[in-house]
Amino acid sequence: MASLFTLQVLFGIIYTGIRLATPYLFAAIGETFVQASGVYNLGVEGIMLMGAYSGFYVGMKTGSLWLGVLAAAATGVLMGLIMAVASVTLQAEQGISGIGLSLFGLGLSSLLFEKTLGNPQSIDVFPAFRIPLLGRIPYLGDALFNQNVMVYIAFLLVPVASFVLYKTTFGLKVRAAGQKPEAADTLGVNVNLIRYTTLALGGMMAGIAGASLTIALIGLFQENMTSGIGYIAVALVYFGGWRPSGVLAGALLFSFVNSIQSWIQVKGIAIPANIATMMPYVLTIVALAFTARRAIQPAALGKPFERGEN
Amino acid sequence: MTVEPKSQSVLERTSFKKTLNRIIEELLPLMAVPVAFLVGAIMLILLKVDPISAYVTLVEGAFGSVSGITQTLVKATPLLLVGLGVVIAFRGGVINIGGEGQLIVGACATTAVALAMPKLPGALLLPISMLAGVLAGAVWGGIPGVLKARLGVNEILSTIMMNAIATQLSLYLLTGPMLDPTQIASGSYIAQSGLLPRQVWLLRLVPRTLLHAGAILAVIMAILVYVFLWRTSIGYRIRAVGLNPNAARYAGIRVPVYQALSLALGGAFAGLAGAVEVLGVEHRMMDGLSGGYGFTGIVAALFGNLHPLGAIPASILFGGLLVGADQMQRTVQVPSALINTILGMIVLFVVASKIYARRRARRRETNG
Repeated sequence: MASLFTLQVLFGIIYTGIRLATPYLFAAIGETFVQASGVYNLGVEGIMLMGAYSGFYVGMKTGSLWLGVLAAAATGVLMGLIMAVASVTLQAEQGISGIGLSLFGLGLSSLLFEKTLGNPQSIDVFPAFRIPLLGRIPYLGDALFNQNVMVYIAFLLVPVASFVLYKTTFGLKVRAAGQKPEAADTLGVNVNLIRYTTLALGGMMAGIAGASLTIALIGLFQENMTSGIGYIAVALVYFGGWRPSGVLAGALLFSFVNSIQSWIQVKGIAIPANIATMMPYVLTIVALAFTARRAIQPAALGKPFERGEN
Repeated sequence: MTVEPKSQSVLERTSFKKTLNRIIEELLPLMAVPVAFLVGAIMLILLKVDPISAYVTLVEGAFGSVSGITQTLVKATPLLLVGLGVVIAFRGGVINIGGEGQLIVGACATTAVALAMPKLPGALLLPISMLAGVLAGAVWGGIPGVLKARLGVNEILSTIMMNAIATQLSLYLLTGPMLDPTQIASGSYIAQSGLLPRQVWLLRLVPRTLLHAGAILAVIMAILVYVFLWRTSIGYRIRAVGLNPNAARYAGIRVPVYQALSLALGGAFAGLAGAVEVLGVEHRMMDGLSGGYGFTGIVAALFGNLHPLGAIPASILFGGLLVGADQMQRTVQVPSALINTILGMIVLFVVASKIYARRRARRRETNG
């Protein structure tokens, strides 16, 4: 156990924890907007997989990682719009249609991978970028300020999302659509258009979240590589009480548990690897159990809206 | 409640239109399968694969020979049992995505019990080990059930997490405490348990095939679930909770209890699926035993219109799809991942096509 408590390992855990928060942040911040507008998108997992594949494929074929990010974002928007047609226009049960979308994304990303790339290949991920001044702080500079650009963007999203959600007209409309869609409708807000917009936005972010795995963190694509991150991201939105700052806290908690878990395995500490891998999932359930009653969820979450029905 | 007479007269006036709507409502979800295959065909064309040869291979592989048909029924068995678990939960107004994990822990428990008492006669050991699987599944489904009932934890998310936990738990067991002694001796360490004692193996129905008595058990269970849900008072209460929790509460039904119960019962059936898979097909627990039955079972339940008897043909259809997909991958090199793509579309189409029923239900709600 002692070998976990060296300075090097401690900062290693911080470095990895910050890095691993990236996909959670992108996906969960996007889902925050979706749920704030009253839709519950469980398709995040499948969208992430499609984003992971398309970002990887385009990044590899064009040699430009930014084009990869763009492709993942576009794929995510498309997937989000599929969810919108099903859950907003056709008013499908949202939990189930999300599972359907995830299954679809899981299948299609593997199918495309096997048919277009086939054998495992890797690409060079976004290089680390040391932030001037801050990056020269001993230890902490390496752990926090020598990450790659996608990591920084993920963290910057948190204040941006808070601002948009709480300080702009668009954010107000989003929250109105999720809290009191009938009242919002009376005041001239197009509730369903807002929900289409947030699903497209959330899809885009989930797509980028997937791409952050393949082209910013790992450098390769594998079948079902998200292994539940998308679902955990949905849980993080509950955990974070539908606020970007709460989501940030949740994302950090998870990524640090993941980070400690992987360092335990690296250091060969006598906890069976499978038991360690289990931890984030157990933590999700515990976190949900502690926050389920407390949180004030958007009143219309999960309820389709139809004009003139009420 | 007092507006009841008004809504009745409305119903009478539009009874023809209502019947027509009803027919569309019932038939529309069935279109999900052909439409999903059509979209799948377009994808295959874009990927420069001939969809016709792929689909012909798929159908032939599943239903074109005795071995294909028996194999289809072998795969349909766990799908039906998992599907029944999904149906019970759904009827109780909760969504059970945890079939995969419940099946895995059920298979582990059955294996552990059967291996622990190899000297016991089959007539005793078989029911005991099967019951162990059922109980393990019930616990695995019951945990999200209790969390939902007592703390309001979203059961979709918790059952998904329980799947991941079960997968890791079984890997831990199969590479550690339950690892096959012959694997240790040979040094190959493949994640599987030892072979179960012969007296617990389920009867094979057709010689030289894998079709086993579990298939008959699954059909009997489907009938029992139907009787349970529609002919017993507990079943009635479960459905009442699912149809309208508020009305059920007014009627004095303890809604959370029945929600937890329906999740635990759902888990029990998925656990039985795991038990049957071990006792009938593999005769041991191994990594990858489930192969996604937990998710495909959900699709089968949905496609069977969330009715226990509807789940029977639906399971055979999707069992065939799984068998055909293997054949397709082997002979025409179309990745079997195509099947998940198609399953996902089927789910989306089925739930999206329920809009008519949904509109009607909501009108009823606003009227009453």
